[in-house]
Amino acid sequence: MSDSQTTTLQAHHHHDPSLLVQFDTAYQQKDASQFGMWVFLITEIMFFGGLFGAYLIYRNLYNPAFVAASTSIAIKWGAINTAVLICSSLTMAMGVHSAALGARKLLVFWLGATLVLGSVFLGIKGIEYYDKYTEHHIPGANFDFNYDRAEKGEKLVPADVATQTSIFFALYFAMTGMHALHMIIGAGILVFLIWRAYHGAYPPHHYTMVENFGLYWHFVDIIWIFLFPLLYLVSRSPVH
Amino acid sequence: MLPQYFPLFPESASTMSTRVDALYFFILGITIFFTMLVALLILVFATKYRKEKHPVPVQIHGSIPLEIFWTLVPLGIAMVIFAWGAVLFFQEMHPPKSAMDIYGVGKQWMWKFQHPGGQREINNLHVPVGKAVRMTLISQDVLHSFYVPAFRAQMDVIPGRYTTVWFEATKPGTYHLFCNQYCGTKHSGMVGEVTAMSPDDYQEWLRGAGAFGSLATEGQKVFASMGCPTCHTGADNARGPNLYNLYGRMVRTEDNRTALADEGYIRESILNPSAKIVYGYQNIMPTFQGQLNEDEMIQIIEYVKSLTYNGQLLQLQTNTQQEPPVNLNKIQQGIDVTKPGTNQNPVPRTSAVPVQEEAVPATPSTPPGKQNAPKQPRGAAPQAKPNGSQVEQR
Amino acid sequence: MSTATQTSLALEMPSDTYLNSSYGVKSWFLTGDHKRIAVMYIVSISLMFLLGGVFATLVRLELLTPAGDLFQSDTYNKLFTMHGVVMIFGFLVPSIPVTIGNFLIPIMVGARDLAFPKINLASWYIYIIGMIFMLAAIISGGVDTGWTFYTPLSTQYLTTHVMFTAIGILIAGFSSIFTGLNFIVTVHRMRAPGMTWFRLPLFVWSNYAASIIMVLGTPVLAITLILVALERGLHIGIFNPALGGDPVLFQHMFWFYSHPAVYIMILPGFGVISEIIPCFARKRIFGYSAIAFSSIAIAVFGFLVWAHHMFIAGISTYSALIFSFVTFLVAIPSAIKVFNWTATLYKGSIHFDTPMLYALAFIGLFTIGGLTGLFLGAIGVDMHVTATYFVVAHFHYVMVGGMLVAYLAGMHFWWPKMTGRMYPEAPAKLSALIVFIGFNLTFFPQFILGYMGMPRRYHSYPPEFQVLNVLSTAGASVLAVGLLMPMFYMLWSLKYGEIAGNNPYRATGLEWQTTSPPPTHNFHETPIVTQEAYDYESQTEEVEVVG
Repeated sequence: MSDSQTTTLQAHHHHDPSLLVQFDTAYQQKDASQFGMWVFLITEIMFFGGLFGAYLIYRNLYNPAFVAASTSIAIKWGAINTAVLICSSLTMAMGVHSAALGARKLLVFWLGATLVLGSVFLGIKGIEYYDKYTEHHIPGANFDFNYDRAEKGEKLVPADVATQTSIFFALYFAMTGMHALHMIIGAGILVFLIWRAYHGAYPPHHYTMVENFGLYWHFVDIIWIFLFPLLYLVSRSPVH
Repeated sequence: MLPQYFPLFPESASTMSTRVDALYFFILGITIFFTMLVALLILVFATKYRKEKHPVPVQIHGSIPLEIFWTLVPLGIAMVIFAWGAVLFFQEMHPPKSAMDIYGVGKQWMWKFQHPGGQREINNLHVPVGKAVRMTLISQDVLHSFYVPAFRAQMDVIPGRYTTVWFEATKPGTYHLFCNQYCGTKHSGMVGEVTAMSPDDYQEWLRGAGAFGSLATEGQKVFASMGCPTCHTGADNARGPNLYNLYGRMVRTEDNRTALADEGYIRESILNPSAKIVYGYQNIMPTFQGQLNEDEMIQIIEYVKSLTYNGQLLQLQTNTQQEPPVNLNKIQQGIDVTKPGTNQNPVPRTSAVPVQEEAVPATPSTPPGKQNAPKQPRGAAPQAKPNGSQVEQR
Repeated sequence: MSTATQTSLALEMPSDTYLNSSYGVKSWFLTGDHKRIAVMYIVSISLMFLLGGVFATLVRLELLTPAGDLFQSDTYNKLFTMHGVVMIFGFLVPSIPVTIGNFLIPIMVGARDLAFPKINLASWYIYIIGMIFMLAAIISGGVDTGWTFYTPLSTQYLTTHVMFTAIGILIAGFSSIFTGLNFIVTVHRMRAPGMTWFRLPLFVWSNYAASIIMVLGTPVLAITLILVALERGLHIGIFNPALGGDPVLFQHMFWFYSHPAVYIMILPGFGVISEIIPCFARKRIFGYSAIAFSSIAIAVFGFLVWAHHMFIAGISTYSALIFSFVTFLVAIPSAIKVFNWTATLYKGSIHFDTPMLYALAFIGLFTIGGLTGLFLGAIGVDMHVTATYFVVAHFHYVMVGGMLVAYLAGMHFWWPKMTGRMYPEAPAKLSALIVFIGFNLTFFPQFILGYMGMPRRYHSYPPEFQVLNVLSTAGASVLAVGLLMPMFYMLWSLKYGEIAGNNPYRATGLEWQTTSPPPTHNFHETPIVTQEAYDYESQTEEVEVVG
């Protein structure tokens, strides 16, 4: 180490205003940002992992209740939302591509399209939540799984199973709610990005922000790709 | 005189306590050895190689053989402790077959105990010396922990789930009983005493403790008042499975799994009947959630446990004879249990007749259809069923 | 050893440091400088430590007598709960990483700052917001769940400020996640030329290992607390047995974070000790890679042992066996470290400066703390001692005897680097001695109490436990004196301490090659590293040159 006192490297401070002082090169800056984003996404995986873990444990404990509750969710909305979200990932990817090409207007367009699709997703989620509210499927004091099932011509489930379905719905709301929260935060960031992109803040050599947000958006998409089958699909045809 | 006021070691009053102490002293020996070793090395090095005496240090990078040595030796010792601790744990988890049962219910902030003979105690527990006691414990509210230091016996007491712990007292005396899982304001007041008595004294105490009736007979009353015998007739082709010799057996369920019929299984079957449907039966039993307190649940379990062919025989049929059987007119065969309007309301306490007559699929008077014909359970021993093809169900 | 006094040259404070580069409140509260943020953290966590210490003192005072005569039961329950919550989430979890780590990691790897200075500042603000929630809970009446928040007590039964506290911890958790993220990226992407992984100081390795746990474990705590808040606020039943929930699942999720969290607390302490011992033994550390890899091994195995807190919580016999087995495995890397530190002393040239005294105390106390973990890992014995004062003693031997002592060692060691001035040696040595005596007197009796079966969290206790409790309380007052002393003499030294010079201990490591205190961007020129860490051979030669 004593050598390092004599051998030193002249710190190169670029005059590029987008290069932060702690970084030596633009590549290092971009690389560090992206690496940081991946680490952040790992923490997100652990965050949702706790919910997935709870889901798997309770599904194993209360399989009949999970089958009954899962079957009661409108698969139509879930399927549409899956399609909407996959499309939004496509538009996001197009946005990143446009940023790389330096096409400012295209970037704004694709980000805008992503925002619209994200909002459609949240709107549909709202409809679903409202349906759950009218069906008394929101856990709490008014929860009654069999509330209007008879009128709708659906099988009533035994009372003990009906009680346990509240656990499914608690997890349903926790999981989709946390996912929706991530969507809302994402939409907020998107508004900011669109505004900045419109003002030309993301030139081709400096669009890490757009790229990192793309990673985040795809991650939120992937979480849904796991939520959709777990909550809507797997119990539709009970295996025996 | 000093130890009386200043004890440094807990009393040892159970068969397990000496075994736990043995491992404790073994680990203590290792702890002292290694602490002394490290302390001694530090002191010796600090003296011998202090800067005044040893001004020029010798640079050493390390030594792979040494690293391997002090990885493998602690690993070996750790494995010995692990194995010893595991063996001990198995002994702690598996009571002897001859163990007697005592039930305990924890609530904020007291302990309630029930002896099989029906004797009840609060914050006091009387046990015989020289006989293994298996405690079956449950909480009415939050987590508690049943802890008798002199017996080295501890187990969490959990709401909604039975846990067990066993001990065999070796010397008469009075010992601390602590709640050792923080349970709210008066946690430190949730203490009691365990009194270990000679078997004769214990018998005398049992006689004097004023029982109203054994847990099993109390359980039989609860069983009848809940209307259970209507379906669990014990007869061939009954709507509910035969409960004779159920306890301790492996039960085959509708989805072809097996479950051990222990206390937890019986409890689950009463509160959460849909969880495990006995093979060949239908999911028609209502839940009794909220209708039985933990004491009554224990009594019913003790009653079900008493239903043996070779032991004391309590005739189920006698209870049902006073009450009218199911309204036969309404009996339909192969009815869908999840049909609207059925099976939603639990049986009221007062009524001996199930409310959901419509849903009742089969009685002895109706020839069993394919769907509800009892099948021979795989797990049930044939000699346990003198009535032929009875299967247990709820 | 050779402090500034031995150098005949009169030392001057450097003219251009991170402390005097700019002035004003804004220059601190909007700073991106990791060193300033570290200083802000030192002030904040010291305040939390004082608060937690006050609660601890009151708890020990109550336990002087068997009867619960000083406080009401619910007050006592609040005191031990708030002692735990404040100490763990306000002090122990952040402690070394956010202070010494924040200050040193960029310098040690030869960077001008952490990778994300704004996120670093944000994490301080997040920590402060979390603490405000916690303080709000305390001021508005406190919380009495115990720091473990076991359900259903915390969700269904208590009427105290559980929500505020849970939200405070949740928020503070995000601070921890961002710190870990920053460290990981910095270590991966910001190392100076020539600073290969195996030239990194072991302090960096151990903080890196702790960061992995922060990043992987804390989110699980976050979601667990969110579920607790939902359950408590909206009366839904995820952990509520009355609604079919499983209270034991809460314990699984809680300990999935909270067991690895003790490694978040202790691993950086290992790092501090690994820096100090070679410096004051004037000697290369023994078994560098063994110590480095054992940190990573602890981080990995630490995630697989959580259920050893739950051996009697109704988990299955076989899963208990597996968790017990892995628990014994995780003990081995700690043993390896202790042996390597001890071996480093062999044939050294040992100087007994205050940091070294603390470090030697650490080895001894951590050895006891670690070995007493064996009692708890052995399930057969754990069934007797779990949740008793034995656990309290074990935990405090690791956390106070280990982590806090390491923190004090590190604060003394790097104090001249942070402030440019030396701490006063004589009172510092005295305080180290008082801490060592007071600590052992406080917590050693608790091992005996625990094996005798005294449950923890007891407001009143049977009279035969009194003598040991009195000893413990007496020890606590000695310990309190020992811990308060540094607060005074450290503050004193800010103005009157001797000027330290760049490298008062002639230590290796990049942090000693820049000025004390360092300039805003740490180095005037980016260093190029050509040597392994702990190259005390070259430093020793210098000694002969200097005389």
